[in-house]
Amino acid sequence: MGLRKWRREIPLHMMILPGLVLILIYSYVPFFGLTMAFQKFLPARPFFDNPWVGLEHFRYVWDMPNSLRVLWNTLYIASLKIVVGQLVPIAVALLLNELRKEWLKRGVQTLIYLPHFLSWIILGGILIDILSPSQGIVNQLLGVFGIEPIYFLGDNRWFPITIVISDVWKEFGFNTIVYLAALTGINPSLYEAAVIDGASRWKQTLNITLPGILPIVVLLATLSLGNVLNAGFDQVFNLYSPSVYESGDIIDTLVYRVGLEQAQYSVATAIGLFKSIVSCVMISLSYFLAYRLANYRIF
Amino acid sequence: MIRMSMGYRVFNAFNILFLVALSFACLLPIIHILAISLSGSSEAGAGLVSLWPVGFTTSSYEFILKKPEFLTSIGVTLQRVALGTVVGMLITLLVAYPLSKETHAFRMRTIYAWAFVFTILFNGGLIPWYMTIKWTGIMDTIWALVLPGAVPVFNIILLLNFFRGLPKELEESASIDGAGHWTTLWRIYAPLSMPAIATIMLFTIVNHWNSWFDGLILMKSHDNYPLSTYLQTILVRMDLTSVTGEALNNLREVSDRTAKAAQIFVGALPIMLVYPFLQRYFVKGIVMGSVKE
Repeated sequence: MGLRKWRREIPLHMMILPGLVLILIYSYVPFFGLTMAFQKFLPARPFFDNPWVGLEHFRYVWDMPNSLRVLWNTLYIASLKIVVGQLVPIAVALLLNELRKEWLKRGVQTLIYLPHFLSWIILGGILIDILSPSQGIVNQLLGVFGIEPIYFLGDNRWFPITIVISDVWKEFGFNTIVYLAALTGINPSLYEAAVIDGASRWKQTLNITLPGILPIVVLLATLSLGNVLNAGFDQVFNLYSPSVYESGDIIDTLVYRVGLEQAQYSVATAIGLFKSIVSCVMISLSYFLAYRLANYRIF
Repeated sequence: MIRMSMGYRVFNAFNILFLVALSFACLLPIIHILAISLSGSSEAGAGLVSLWPVGFTTSSYEFILKKPEFLTSIGVTLQRVALGTVVGMLITLLVAYPLSKETHAFRMRTIYAWAFVFTILFNGGLIPWYMTIKWTGIMDTIWALVLPGAVPVFNIILLLNFFRGLPKELEESASIDGAGHWTTLWRIYAPLSMPAIATIMLFTIVNHWNSWFDGLILMKSHDNYPLSTYLQTILVRMDLTSVTGEALNNLREVSDRTAKAAQIFVGALPIMLVYPFLQRYFVKGIVMGSVKE
């Protein structure tokens, strides 16, 4: 019996094998590369075979003049994105829910999903064009109202805000999907009862709709905890420039410059390891909380 | 709804206006770019174009369609989309099926599942990842754009949750009729999971079309750059070492504004054509993956 059962499982192992081999190579082998963070890296030798230097690279990163600045920028941009990026889709989903004409609703949805599917290369190219201080249409419009041209992507006062707003613009539409689904899940008889009791549409929103989507809001807020150090490499990397490093340089862009441009592999690995550990703790915590608060399991 | 109050009617009118404006806010930047790409370069350079071409000409499209780097990069992208989608979808199906089994039917399931999920929780970071790919010897080949990302764990979870929602009786009756796991997967699970598979396939295709970072760091020869990476080099990447502030902003808008706009539009076009048709599927897919009990 045991043997027969084992034989019946063979195809299952075979199916998993190719995927397993790929993650072993491209996800697990890099873990060994993390030893670089504690070693003096000599290019000609394999990972393990380098002299150990303990925490020297971490001390070096700590002493870098901009390290705290970069950490702060990362947290600041990421948290703003999480908060605003969560509130806007909720508001838009509630407004969409009030539309009675089905074709209009669908049309609006189709259009607001669009930016989600475009890459930050395309959107970066568009933003650089329309935000340009001399030719950009945004500054031309502001000029009509007598506002001096603003260097959205070159001014430290504006850069983080521009990053957050453009990210919310890209993702808000797509993020309404989940809330709209939660809205359709609310029992219609609740609204019928409220109408009979004379509740206005606004009262119904406050007392039925909002409590109805609260669980999913709590769930998504919890899961977003894992992103506190993800300020968005693709976006920042394609929009920043040395003049806004002060307000826009984030951990991921720093790792890229230190590691791949300056070839200080060990230092970049040390910074990356710090980020991986913090992210791992936050993601695990968020899954744990989501499980406790909303009985959510990923599979 | 029996009768709408006056206040609600006013709200409704404003709501429609607002949502229509919001939709246009998502579309207008692209129309603006399209208008620039179809305008004469001096008109575009003088900032005369808003939403309609001024001095209409298709010369920037003729120009970019003769540009060898542009055409080569489209070739590389088509190759990676085709190869990456086939490999990615195969792996997704093959991994999702065994992981959707109950532990008593597949005893190693939990161990395997954790091996895959752990890659979401923790990663080695950019440099060790880069070193590993270098070590496997696929740098500068199309496989560097396909293999390292060929196991999309989130998509696998989405599909395995879909598999678990299928009636158990189907598999049992197939098993009684003598179908093995392979037959069950291809003949029963796959055909029944088309909405989920279509969603995942859309995401995979869009993802490969949009990916640029792997091309940038894993491709040494510029002839191997996929379209997104090539666009990155001409649209946003500059040699920043000596330029700052104002000078940089001027550098970014040299006279080939119309050609850049045309390339942006061509880069965005396939996606704009594809996603509305799959909307029904991905809305279902997203909802299924994220708000399941």
